[in-house]
Order: sequence, then structure tokens, then C-alpha cells
Amino acid sequence: MAEVPEHLLKRAQEARERAEAQQGGGSSAAPESSGAESSEAPAEGSSGGPKIPDHLLDRSKSAREQAAAGGAAPAAAGAVATASMPAGPAQPEPTGPGGGTQRLLTVVKSGSIQDVKATPTDKVHVWPHLLVVEFVAALIFTAFTLVFSIFVNAPLLELANFNETPNPSKAPWYFLGLQELLTMFHPMVAGVTIPGIGLFLLILAPYIDRNPSKKPEDRKFAISLMTIHLMFWATLVLIGSFFRGPGFNFVFPWEVGLFFDL
Amino acid sequence: MAKQPKPPASERAKQAMSGMMGDVQGSQAWASIFRPGSIFRKGYSDSPRNRSYVIMNSVLYHLHPVKVKRHAVKVSYTLCLGGLSFFLFILLTVTGIFLMFFYRPTAAQAWDDIYVLQTSVTFGLLVRNMHRWAAHLMVITVFLHMARVFYHGAYKPPREFNWVIGVILLTLTLLLSFTGYLLPWDQLALWAVTVGTNMMGFTPVFGDQVRFVLLGGVEIGTDTLLRWYVLHVLMLPFVIVIFMAIHFWRVRKDGGISGPL
Repeated sequence: MAEVPEHLLKRAQEARERAEAQQGGGSSAAPESSGAESSEAPAEGSSGGPKIPDHLLDRSKSAREQAAAGGAAPAAAGAVATASMPAGPAQPEPTGPGGGTQRLLTVVKSGSIQDVKATPTDKVHVWPHLLVVEFVAALIFTAFTLVFSIFVNAPLLELANFNETPNPSKAPWYFLGLQELLTMFHPMVAGVTIPGIGLFLLILAPYIDRNPSKKPEDRKFAISLMTIHLMFWATLVLIGSFFRGPGFNFVFPWEVGLFFDL
Repeated sequence: MAKQPKPPASERAKQAMSGMMGDVQGSQAWASIFRPGSIFRKGYSDSPRNRSYVIMNSVLYHLHPVKVKRHAVKVSYTLCLGGLSFFLFILLTVTGIFLMFFYRPTAAQAWDDIYVLQTSVTFGLLVRNMHRWAAHLMVITVFLHMARVFYHGAYKPPREFNWVIGVILLTLTLLLSFTGYLLPWDQLALWAVTVGTNMMGFTPVFGDQVRFVLLGGVEIGTDTLLRWYVLHVLMLPFVIVIFMAIHFWRVRKDGGISGPL
């Protein structure tokens, strides 16, 4: 069985006490009216007129007539019952439609029991909206790769030869930034320490950047730092790729030509 | 006796075709292939219900939900970079499998195999070119995808861990590209890898051991070739597929791609 929240239990208890107090008042008032009832029935009926539904009044009236036709002792008992009957339900002000009585037990605010998690968002179907975009993008890339491959051949130099070191020897382009660092630092710093720290910081970026905002104007520092970082590597890769000639010396490609294979 | 005019040939062909299709689609084999509700069973007419069924009753449901937020399909937001990286991975797998049929990873045969592939195998040169250019392209798209995610702040909670997975995927992509670089066994491959592995040899304390494990010896040789071949065609793809699966799964579990700025 589901547990009833404490505040609801408390509220129900209060309501019950209030109802009992009113009931007590009503029943203490009822004998008075029943005492006077036999003589002042029409007066009581008119005073309770707006409050007591017609069918209840009719019922009490017919009961009274019955009692008058019957005996005195049962009449008194019936009178008490009929008098308290209209008086009882009259207490919580029966205002329901069609003359019925309704009682408000409690008001449950939305979110107090059920947590509404799904806020309505503007959604579209994956098919066709997303799949079409993906398909076209894949098609474009396939076409580009195919056409590019028809016109540009992948390099295949002479057979590997340990006795003949090409000058310059270059790493794949994405490592040329590191190779460029080698000209400036000790190999351990350039090849291990700097890229290691860089990778480590990159992985930890979400835990370092505690700023919850996604707006560019709130993230000026993070964006600047990343941009500088990316530009730093891009510059190094570009220099390593195009501006390094024999002996890995700095050259201008338009003077001595390119020393770059993909 | 009045001769019934024969319907034109195209009409008859159409009738025969539709009759045949009906037989095929009503067969048990067809029903066993396509799930109840599949558009290949019940046909497709454009309705919201059928749009959902396209995803729900196909294997695509593993990758995509039925609906996504409207901004998630805006090309100007994602530039398709993540999806294109994945697509290039598939393209590389397909072309790579083709290349594997013609390649032996030994110092004596590797270069010759590539040369024969380029000169004597139908489409050999084209497929090798595609493999190489798609590989470079994938490094670029993965890198740009990372930059895009950073500039959108999409790594912020609850997506921190998926960023970590993403950096691992970037590293694995670079390693895949680098291990493939050696396989042609030409001067470019040999010396590029020499430069690269010399750098790793400077790892503090156990640098020599790292280099030995990577090269399968003290110098680059036929053992290195075999080692890097296995890394390139089996081990690294295996690992990267696992991480990609986690990556894609987390994208959905973290509430789809990140919201607009």
C-alpha cells in the first residue's frame, strides 16, 4: 500500500475535527429545533429554505404527516430523525450541481506527488528529416572522395630503404606540430610532456570548465583559450608541412619547392 | 466471335509484376525478414504513424530515436561532422577490406603487393586512393567535430563523460591513421614512422620498453609491419567500435545532441 504523505494525513485530521465540531453544534441545535418543531414547522422550513434541497424538505414533511397520523411516541423519534437529517447535511453547505453534496477532500498541486519531467519540446521525425540530411551528406562525401581519388593518386615512393634517409624526413601531417616542437625543445618535452599534458587537459576540459553557461558571451575565456590552442597547433602543422626543407630548415615553399607528402 | 482487345504490353507487365510482388510479400520468408509494422510488409504512405514505423521497425532504431528535437536536424548547428566521421569510418572499413585481399604484411612482399594492386588489380588504384584520402579526411572531420562541440559548450553537464569518450576516439583515430601509414612499406612510410616512434622512445623512465613494444624489436622491421598491420586492421578498429557504441549511446541517453546556444 502506498504511503500517505504526512501533510495530507494532518490536513485530513484537521478537517475531521472541524467537521466534528460543527456536527456537535448542529446536533445540539437540532434538539432545540425539534423541540419547537411540532408547533413551528413552517417557520423552520422557511428559515432553512435556501439551504435545504426541496426533496429533503418534502421527505421531512411527509414523515411529519405520517407521524401525526401514527402515535405520539414514534412521532417524537421520527421528528428528531427527520429534523436532524436536513440539519446534518446542511452543515457543509451543499452547493453541488443538481442538488448533490460534494466535499473537497484535498487539493493536490501539480508537482507535489508526481514530478513532471518531460517538458514539451518541438520535435520532428527522424525519418525523413534527419535521415535525408545524413544520406545527402554521406553521398556528397562519397562523391568527393571518389572524384578526388580518380584525379589524385596516393603516394607510393620507392621501396623502404634503411640505408637511405630522405632529407627531410617528416612524420604524418597531424604529427608535424610535434615534430616542429622538436626543433625547439628536448625530445622528451616536445614528444611526450607537451602532448601528454595537452591531451590530459583536453580530456579534463568539462571538469575544469565549471561555467554552466553555453552562451559565447559568457565563455569568452574558454573560447579564447581554445582558439589560441587550436591556432597554435595549426600554425605549427602548417610550418612543419610547408615551410620545412632539407635538414628541417625553414624555407619558403615558393623558393625551394614543397617537401610534403600526404 | 468478338476478339477481346488485348491490354497493351506495358499494362500486362505491370499486372504481372504486381501479382508477383504480392506473392513475394505474402510469403512466409518475406514476413520472417521484415518485422510486423515494417514498411516493407505493409507498404508506405506518408503519415506520422508510418514515419515512426520506418525507424521503429528497422535496425536504425539502434542508432536513432523516432523523433529528435527540431534544432538537432539543422545542418548549420552540427555541420554533420560526427555523422560524417562515422560514415568515413564505414567507408574506410569497406575499402580496407578490399585492400586486405591483396596485401601481405611482410617486408619482402608489402611494397610489391601495393604496386601490383595499383597496376594489375581492377579498381585497385582507385580503392587505395579512396582509402588514403578518406583516412586523412576522417582525421580532419573528427578534429573539426571536437572543435564544434567545444565552441557550442556541448561538453557541459550532463555530457562531460561523452566528451572524454570523444577525446579517446580522436586519439584512436590518429593511431589508426598512423598505424596505416607504415603499411605501404615505402620510403615515406618507413621514415615517417621512424620519426614518430623515435619521439615515443623519449617517454620518461620506460621509453625504451615503449618503443620495443611498438616496434616489435629495437628497429623497424618486418615484425613491426606485422604488429602494426594487426593493430590497424583488427585491434584498433575493434576498440574504436566499442567506444563509438558508447559514444552514440550516451548521445541519446544525455538527451540527444546539445541544445542551441
